[in-house]
Amino acid sequence: MARTEQQSNERSKARSNRASNPSPSIPLPEGEGSVEPTFTSVNVGNARAERFSGRWFWRFASPAAFYPLAGTIEKLCWFVAIALTIIGLYIGFFRAPTDATQGEVYRVIYIHVPAAWMAMVIYLAMAFWSALGLAFGTRLSFMMSHALAPTGAMMAAISLWTGALWGRPTWGTYWVWDARLTSTLILFFLYIGYIALAAAFDDKKKGDRASALIALVGAVNVPIIYFSVQWWNTLHQGASVRPGGSSMASTMLTAMMVMTFAFWAYCVAVAMHRVRTQIIERERDAKWLAGVKQ
Amino acid sequence: MTIKQKRLALILGGVLLLSAATALVLFALRDNLAFFYTPSQIVSKEAPVNRTFRIGGMVEAGSVKRTGIEVAFRVTDTAQIVPVTYTGILPDLFKEGKGVVAQGTLGADGVFRAKEVLAKHDENYMPPEAQAAVDKANQARERTQKTLK
Repeated sequence: MARTEQQSNERSKARSNRASNPSPSIPLPEGEGSVEPTFTSVNVGNARAERFSGRWFWRFASPAAFYPLAGTIEKLCWFVAIALTIIGLYIGFFRAPTDATQGEVYRVIYIHVPAAWMAMVIYLAMAFWSALGLAFGTRLSFMMSHALAPTGAMMAAISLWTGALWGRPTWGTYWVWDARLTSTLILFFLYIGYIALAAAFDDKKKGDRASALIALVGAVNVPIIYFSVQWWNTLHQGASVRPGGSSMASTMLTAMMVMTFAFWAYCVAVAMHRVRTQIIERERDAKWLAGVKQ
Repeated sequence: MTIKQKRLALILGGVLLLSAATALVLFALRDNLAFFYTPSQIVSKEAPVNRTFRIGGMVEAGSVKRTGIEVAFRVTDTAQIVPVTYTGILPDLFKEGKGVVAQGTLGADGVFRAKEVLAKHDENYMPPEAQAAVDKANQARERTQKTLK
């Protein structure tokens, strides 16, 4: 009873806010510790209509609304990540055959390829959230972007490191300056630069905007990495898995795809955990946080 | 347009312009970004003279001759062939009919003297049995073609 009353109160408040602020171009409240999420008017009866109007999505732009959802996603993703890693590594190491030319060393692909893919995907995700944050001034967008950066940097580092360990026995060298390897190294530096710049400002909002620019500018590098093996002569081989086909034995491909989903789940879980700590840190004065356990 | 839409358009426009600029730069630099030159490029004198560069292609089948640790082989891109000499230990994956990238200089006699040889792996991953089947099929096809000639 008390809940519905509160909701209807909020609704009327939101309505009156909108009435007094008829221009929709006013950015969302950005102030530290602002309590009122703008789009909290959840009308159960109109849930369907809201879903189709896209309002349900914007509701989660509010840290207060997103915090519990992030917790649920995190738990789910941890479970999926652990289960899929066990399955993927089992298939990869005990079921998949030896490669005809490389021998056992090829099994690094079960770590190397998913890590390299994640490094690229996470950067694009960071650019997406940064663009959203810059355009709409939503606080949570920047937090999402910051939460993704360390994981992306780690993935880039893993792909470079495992690639070097694979390169020595197969190519005969740990490192060459070909287009694929160099552009991946640049991706790693972009991550480091993003993290450093975001941390360099005492004023978090300035850090948000400055680092968002790196995320957007650096996003140009991602397609370069992906297509480098097609556009130029490189020592790195071309893509084994392309849309519409692959040039791998099916068991090998299965193991690699399972590991890829495991990496996805891991990255989402870690990012959700990090975004929750970001929310707690940045909204520490908010009233709703006092009511949250943990 | 509201302020938000304007900002979004500005950001998307900026990224678009930046992509176009990058594309132009990469297009202008396309020759310098190549890791190696193909035998066809070398034969048509596109490769630098008296300077170290890399050659890439396939090791021609039946072309590898070893004398001690000195190796001579021919690199082909199926159109042109460049002979290569090298002194040293070859990587495990160096094989006839497989990819190779060698760094060195091109002599006046048209022989490429390699200082370093790397094996280039292709994107195919298959178990030994499958590889054996593929080889067998290739041999059979060659036999058929010979008979038909």
